[in-house]
Amino acid sequence: MLARTADNLFWLARSMERADYIARTIEATLRLDYLPKSDGDQTMEWESALNATGAYDSFMAAHGQLDEENAVEFLTFDRSNPSSICNCLENARAAGRAVRTALTAETWTAINDAWLELQRFEASHRFARPMDRLALTRFLDYVKKASLDFDGSCYRTMLRNDAYWFNRLGVFIERADNTARLLDVKYHLLLPSTEPVGGSLDYFQWVAILRAVSAATAYHWVYRDRVKPWLIADLLILKRAMPRSLVSCYESIDRALDALARDDGRSGLAQRHARAMHAKLERSSMTQIFQGGLHEFITFFIEDNARLSNTISEQYLFT
Amino acid sequence: MGQVAAFDEMGIGRDPVRKLYRKVAQWLEETPPDLLAARRAQAEYMFRRIGITFGVYGDKDAAERLIPFDIVPRLLSRAEWTALAAGLTQRVRALNLFLKDVYGARNILQASVVPPELILRNPFYRPEMIGRSAPHDVWIHIAGVDVVRTDEGSFYVLEDNVRTPSGVSYMLENREVIMRLLPDLFARHQVAPVDDYPDELLACLRSVAPRPDQGEATIVLLTPGPHNSAYYEHSFLADKLGVELVEGRDLFVEDDKVFMRTTLGPRRVDVIYRRVDDDFLDPLVFNPASVLGVPGLVGAYLAGNVTIANAIGTGVADDKAIYSYVPDLIRFYLAEEPLLNNVPTHRCREPLSLKFVLERLDELVVKEVNGSGGYGMLVGPHATQAQREQFVAKIRADPANYIAQPTLALSTCPASFESGVSPRHVDLRPFVLTRPDGVRIVPGGLTRVALREGSLVVNSSQGGGTKDTWIVDDADLED
Repeated sequence: MLARTADNLFWLARSMERADYIARTIEATLRLDYLPKSDGDQTMEWESALNATGAYDSFMAAHGQLDEENAVEFLTFDRSNPSSICNCLENARAAGRAVRTALTAETWTAINDAWLELQRFEASHRFARPMDRLALTRFLDYVKKASLDFDGSCYRTMLRNDAYWFNRLGVFIERADNTARLLDVKYHLLLPSTEPVGGSLDYFQWVAILRAVSAATAYHWVYRDRVKPWLIADLLILKRAMPRSLVSCYESIDRALDALARDDGRSGLAQRHARAMHAKLERSSMTQIFQGGLHEFITFFIEDNARLSNTISEQYLFT
Repeated sequence: MGQVAAFDEMGIGRDPVRKLYRKVAQWLEETPPDLLAARRAQAEYMFRRIGITFGVYGDKDAAERLIPFDIVPRLLSRAEWTALAAGLTQRVRALNLFLKDVYGARNILQASVVPPELILRNPFYRPEMIGRSAPHDVWIHIAGVDVVRTDEGSFYVLEDNVRTPSGVSYMLENREVIMRLLPDLFARHQVAPVDDYPDELLACLRSVAPRPDQGEATIVLLTPGPHNSAYYEHSFLADKLGVELVEGRDLFVEDDKVFMRTTLGPRRVDVIYRRVDDDFLDPLVFNPASVLGVPGLVGAYLAGNVTIANAIGTGVADDKAIYSYVPDLIRFYLAEEPLLNNVPTHRCREPLSLKFVLERLDELVVKEVNGSGGYGMLVGPHATQAQREQFVAKIRADPANYIAQPTLALSTCPASFESGVSPRHVDLRPFVLTRPDGVRIVPGGLTRVALREGSLVVNSSQGGGTKDTWIVDDADLED
């Protein structure tokens, strides 16, 4: 396969996954926003939403001051934010158009339909700013569905060859990055010392974290317990059964890279790097992670994950 | 306004209509307007979803526009087609021999059939190819010849299009759409299938590989990229052919051999179906500013290590000045009389013709010798006085750059609109494939239709649309 094709497939999948994650983050933040507030900073939630999507610095550079309307606009329709949902979907389609021959008709249609729908949302948004909550909810639902359609059509219709495996690598490296960033922003809430107090704002914060990665229901199925912060960390880092946990993402990354190596008959640095990261996650326990520092663990993971992405680019000549 | 009564291929308003169109006419009559409207909407939805779009240069807001599709099929009988196909085959064979000759022995110049400067000073004549032959002596692998019709029996060739003709994806997709849209009407006719075109094209490209003994050839389709107006077609064809769709940056040349960059390292390329013009193929030889091409590609081609389809330098054969000599070329190379008509062409480079043209500008169509896509032309009868005066100045400044032709009464076909069914002018672009062992034409082609009432310009960049083209078996003509 052309190196450029592999590159586009990889980033196409990353863009679709990122759009989904940003939509979920906004949703979870809106829910927090509904909570009765005591005094204090009204915009803290939006600050952490921007941080969790890696957009805080560019937002502040553009706006100087935080408010909900601008934060939502920045994360959804703002073309000047390279990671806005709009840009993610636009980039996904541009990448898809560049590699149409490597996509199934179903997958292309999923991407193209999402993009056509986006044109309609953008057009109506132009005349109705700011968005009311109803319009915003409808938009976020659409984004989640677009990502789901894309992922589903890949899974159901693509040949299990290199095109598929580069696509999977994009999905899971992006997903691992997203989960880790969310943990990074909220890590202070997840430390064992923060004892749960029923009905506290913290409690709703934890639930919001779970919602952001569509794990609120999953949590209860796994732990059959009320929401406890260290169990959230456990779920999102070490639970294999949880599809957005770091370990689950690495299981999939490892498998995709193995499949590529098997088809090519060549195994390289990317395979070794992924295997090492996967093994480390499998060996870890939450006790260990808390002892070494949750923050340090996550920061290191984010960097290591980015390193793997670069190694893949080099090994498969995208760069 | 010089409006000419056109031959309608169905016979709109006539009773009875032409036999060939009997069932179509019946269908148009029986189908309620709202059902036709639903079909039109459905067709547009289908095209938009598949993403069949084309870009219009210089139109930012419409970076991707849909070519309008008219749901009423255009029919030709098998007998009409057979005659047409024979004429096309003859024409493309002669043009192939012409190219072999002008870059080789130059017999045509010795025989004084064509003025030498028309060839040697032609901007599309490639001095790099002098003394060179194309692999297997095939120059024009794919031609998209534009044909129009003026009455029951007269077909005229308008242009030969032997560089990088486009539109075949519409021929294929129009058929897919119409079969889903109008299955009953389709089933009532015996329509020749077109879906073997990709296989025929692939076989054609394989047949000209430079190393036939070295196992299966690696074929690629070279595109200028997603910003090109025909990008959809490029990706569509690459997909149907099962070959990589490459851009210039995906290829490189080493030791006069062409390779593509793959995830497994470099892979040797044998045949390049290019949809990039000569000028942009190789910055070392042609346009040095081109980023679309591959440095060293021409060297690899001249070394015989890669086949480029169509060959470099074919442009000299579809220039509008050379066009007027094609009947002479057929007589010269094949010793046959031309089967298809050429539109009578006045070459403004000849003083007598120039005088004639300037006196009758309101009757003629004036074209730039090297123009395409409907740009740079004047349709005299439809132009304003000011437009005509502007053209007089242009022609006088550079007469050799213009030819003029009578305004043909292009045939019309019924088209479906909100306001009802009404005739519109059409042309036809069949796709002619040439292999070392002969010429093949998939029965059908792209019918383009000028959707604006009375308009004669069918180009998609100028508001034209397309129709599905049915070659129907003669059994349908029997009662």
